[in-house]
Amino acid sequence: MTTDMKSRDGRTRGMAKGAARGLGLALVSLPCAVLCFTLSLVSIALIPIGIGIVTTPYVLTGVRTFANRRRVLAAEWGGVRIPPAYRPIPKDANPWARTFGMLRDPATWRDLGWLPVDMTAGFTTALLPAVLLLYPLEGFALAVGLWRVMPDGYWYGFVPVSDQTSALGAGVLALALLFLAHFAAPRVLDAHYRLTRAVLGSNQGELAERVRVLTETRRDAVDTSAAELRRIERDLHDGAQARLVAVGMDLGTIEALLDKDPAKAKELIAQARRSSVEALSELRELVRGIHPPVLAERGLGDAVRALALRLPVATEVSVELPGRAEAPVESAAYFAVSEVLTNAVKHSGADRIWVDLHHAEGHLRATVTDNGKGGAVIGAGSGLTGVERRLGTFDGVLAVSSPAGGPTMVTVEIPCALS
Amino acid sequence: MRVVLAEDLFLLRDGLVRLLEAHDFEIAAAVESGPELARALAELEPDVAVVDVRLPPTHTDEGLQCALQARRERPGLPVLVLSQHVEQLYARELLADGSGGVGYLLKDRVFDAEQFVDAVRRVAAGGTAMDPQVIQQLLARRSGDDRPLARLTPRELEVMELMAQGRSNAAIAAKLVVTERAIAKHTANIFAKLGLEVSDDDNRRVLAVLAYLDHGR
Repeated sequence: MTTDMKSRDGRTRGMAKGAARGLGLALVSLPCAVLCFTLSLVSIALIPIGIGIVTTPYVLTGVRTFANRRRVLAAEWGGVRIPPAYRPIPKDANPWARTFGMLRDPATWRDLGWLPVDMTAGFTTALLPAVLLLYPLEGFALAVGLWRVMPDGYWYGFVPVSDQTSALGAGVLALALLFLAHFAAPRVLDAHYRLTRAVLGSNQGELAERVRVLTETRRDAVDTSAAELRRIERDLHDGAQARLVAVGMDLGTIEALLDKDPAKAKELIAQARRSSVEALSELRELVRGIHPPVLAERGLGDAVRALALRLPVATEVSVELPGRAEAPVESAAYFAVSEVLTNAVKHSGADRIWVDLHHAEGHLRATVTDNGKGGAVIGAGSGLTGVERRLGTFDGVLAVSSPAGGPTMVTVEIPCALS
Repeated sequence: MRVVLAEDLFLLRDGLVRLLEAHDFEIAAAVESGPELARALAELEPDVAVVDVRLPPTHTDEGLQCALQARRERPGLPVLVLSQHVEQLYARELLADGSGGVGYLLKDRVFDAEQFVDAVRRVAAGGTAMDPQVIQQLLARRSGDDRPLARLTPRELEVMELMAQGRSNAAIAAKLVVTERAIAKHTANIFAKLGLEVSDDDNRRVLAVLAYLDHGR
């Protein structure tokens, strides 16, 4: 009972506060909106004769200040957050750059489009709560005697006020209106803020999410490529580079031994040749890990076919690609498929694997299916997590369907165009 | 013996020319791009072509495509393809017409001049020269589920590996330091165990083993 009364009390106070705020908002913002809109139009219209280039930045800055003020009010009074999304304008830019910088900003045009809406629908919705509160007050005043000073034929709502009885009727209508206002006023004001957000706000939520994803995938990409470079450096340093040093030393020794000990020299020549063969085979493996030669020579389809031929498990590859994707996409897809296949061979216990590559609806899709025991998951240190992260850079996705007992189907999808 | 050579890196081309000339080959042409190679193969009618897989202008598998095209126009034209890497996929394409006179080797094999020259001669004579790596890949892939292959003794496997590379019985015998008769015995055993038809023709034998390894036939 107490809470109920309190909430009713709160609602009444809310109604009064809302009406007062709405009235203030309506009365102040209408002239401001009209002024901003007119000045903007005039200033932009004056750009061709030069004056506009000087004035426009100031006018638009004024518009932004006004719009920002309204954003703050919407947040404080209505709890509706409308984050601003203006592009930064360099402070020391010349008027020309400032003017066109601002005019190129979609947020500027959103502001200018919002002004007429604010003058009309915004004004009405801001004023309505006050009207809904003040009009019943007039009705009560009529009922208690104001009707006497009103001219004949005065209408209160749909009640013609001519005597005490009809004035009382007006009072009853006023009571009904007040009751209505009690519920409606906060909602109308809420509608006002929502309207402001709908017109003035950008689709920030999506953008913020996109920015978050991009930040994350960019960091992953940088991490991955840094780790790759470190691995390549180490492999070269400990492998091919060291072997070439050995070959060089052997050649030096051979030169010295050539006359003194031809048999020993011959032995060293064989050793130098072995070293160079090993260096080459290490380089070959390294190159395969960076960018497989078949991929460069033949594209994704044949690269995956060649990969399948290296697997110890019978693998069928079907390819339906009418063109080639960009090199980075091809490479990402290749390494994703390669990792998924490695996983399948290592963990699934499958004796058959099917790979399907095709391009449809702007997406490159690779599906790897095996008849193994299933239970593959992304995460928990599986290779699939790395695949997922690397695909992220290309907005690619990885989907795994792997019920216990199999079969496992892993799908890799990357948005891209073929050329 | 007239050779057309296609290799885009000057140092390697120069080295190959010197190597082949030192072994009494006549270099009919040493070219550096796909279109030049196609023209040389069509006009010069060489006894054998030594071709790098990757050639300008596309720097893709231009050399391989040229070689395959030339063999379509002149079936059996001996071609030895060189590459920095070997792929079973390419080997399969080269062997697909089943007419022999095909070689596919890593560039590293040039280090052993004698063996390389031997391979060029073998290909020119209509034989086969497959890189040991190709054969090892084939064997690794088939060893998992192939019963007949599992019945071969280690020695027979070794002989088969060398045979698949395209070597003659005499060469295999020399390499394994046994008599040719011993190799012939191994060969007969291998063919019996794999269910392949025995043939006196060295090259047909090699192709049969390669086909078996590639497709299980």
